[in-house]
Amino acid sequence: MFTATRLNRRSYRTESVAKAVFCLMTVVLVIPVLLIVGTLVVKGAPAISWEFLFTAPTDNMTAGGIFPALIGTVWLVVVALLASVPVGVAAAVYLSEYAPDNLLTRTINLAIINLAGVPSIVHALFGFGAFVLFFDMGPSILAASLTLAVMTLPVVIVATRESLQAVPQAFREACWNMGATRWQTIRKVVLPNSISGILTGVILEVSRTAGETAPIMFTGATAFVAFLPGGVLDQTMAMSYHLYYIATQATDVPEELTFGVALVLIAIVLAMNAVSIAFRVYLRGLKKW
Amino acid sequence: MVDTAARTTAANGVPGPVYDEPPIIEVRGLSIAYGGKPALQGVNLDIYRHEIFGIIGPANSGKTSFLRALNRMDAFTTGMKVGGAIRINGKDVSDWRNEYALRSRIGVVFPLPVGLPLTVYDNVAFSPRLRGIRKKAQLDEVVERCLTRAALWDEVKDRLDSLGSLLSGGQQQRLTIARALSQEPELLLLDEFSIAVDPVTTMRIEDVLKELRSELTIVLVTNLVQQARRLADRTAFFLMGELVEIGATEDLFEGKVKDKRTTGYIEGRFG
Repeated sequence: MFTATRLNRRSYRTESVAKAVFCLMTVVLVIPVLLIVGTLVVKGAPAISWEFLFTAPTDNMTAGGIFPALIGTVWLVVVALLASVPVGVAAAVYLSEYAPDNLLTRTINLAIINLAGVPSIVHALFGFGAFVLFFDMGPSILAASLTLAVMTLPVVIVATRESLQAVPQAFREACWNMGATRWQTIRKVVLPNSISGILTGVILEVSRTAGETAPIMFTGATAFVAFLPGGVLDQTMAMSYHLYYIATQATDVPEELTFGVALVLIAIVLAMNAVSIAFRVYLRGLKKW
Repeated sequence: MVDTAARTTAANGVPGPVYDEPPIIEVRGLSIAYGGKPALQGVNLDIYRHEIFGIIGPANSGKTSFLRALNRMDAFTTGMKVGGAIRINGKDVSDWRNEYALRSRIGVVFPLPVGLPLTVYDNVAFSPRLRGIRKKAQLDEVVERCLTRAALWDEVKDRLDSLGSLLSGGQQQRLTIARALSQEPELLLLDEFSIAVDPVTTMRIEDVLKELRSELTIVLVTNLVQQARRLADRTAFFLMGELVEIGATEDLFEGKVKDKRTTGYIEGRFG
């Protein structure tokens, strides 16, 4: 009675194989990540110093630091957020909480998902045509940030919509039955319980914005400016574009400098993601149902 | 209009249903469909003030849809179409341009307890705040009174700041009832409220409902035939989207029925 049949034994063997395959694929995934980060740290770490972080590049980019690029990236990210978060969150609230489920809504949802799949160089050309030329902003932080905002809008919308939809429908029904309007329900029950997901989406957007190169190339990033940007209509240096420039355009750049820039850039992105994850874990601990 | 003479419940001298005044709810030719698929058809009935009106019937017979139509929840339900007329206090529910005002006057309790992810206090203060009550003392009074009425006050009075969604199932259901009472409704709709509640709690809630009848009108949809027998003054039997019959609850349970399907359901031969 308590003996394994042939079928049992076969399932057991298959199970071992399946587990081994999945494990192997995970290792395949982890190795390149470790190699990239490892190489960056080993080759780039010697370049990192306070002076590197807080001075401008000198000698045709072959020496000095990255300060204007760091500050430029902060400008780009902040302005892009200011443009995309209000629009994205509000649109997601409408699509998820108000819009009737009909053909038009489904088409809009599909369009948003497709927008997320548009290559960044296409966004770059759109941004150049629309913001730099048509709206006559010229190459500027504003034009570059708006381009980044358009590119990352789908991320914000999808993340927001998903966190809104994770709030159980029963909560909404309970509020509606008490005579609450949709907005009262959203403000008092839905948003407070989906804010963690929304913020996670926003932070992920920040990390993506900080790393993009193509969209800002034609729209506001410049290889070198001696001064820090004074307003949104100035051109600016940016970390990602700076890396692209010293790696491919400038000559005689010491290798450790290039790796140093790459290390700082990836550190910013990873730090953002880590904050996002920590935040999500923290807020999930407060989850109220 | 009603074949039951007006009568007063003997126990506690609590006043019973008022059958000699115009009904609080008049339903005429009501039909409900979801995406063209009928859920309820040709329903005519009256519900009187201070009455507990029971609705029994197997799953999918249109009981919940009936409650949703009373509350104008079709506005929030994609594909739900309501035909015919429902008049509450003589006014057709579809004439309420501000349907939120209508809903705020009707308390609803769902089959599964819904403790909102707010504190116990805020759960009960939700509706009073919607009505614009801001004073702490006034809110405190409403919260204590409603929780007491719902037989929950003693269990939660020391933790009004803990989350309503973390109470036990039975407590959450009483919290839902307290929340419905905080609306100071004239009409209370209960949809199979005891499905997720233990028998002891069910009996406590039933006692509360009997007391509440002196203040408001209750429509009680129930999957427990005996619960309708214990509570309802009159009972309607819904079957597959049709109102089979309405009668005084005692009559139905004593076999004075017009339709043999009713007897079959009550005696547990199907459903």
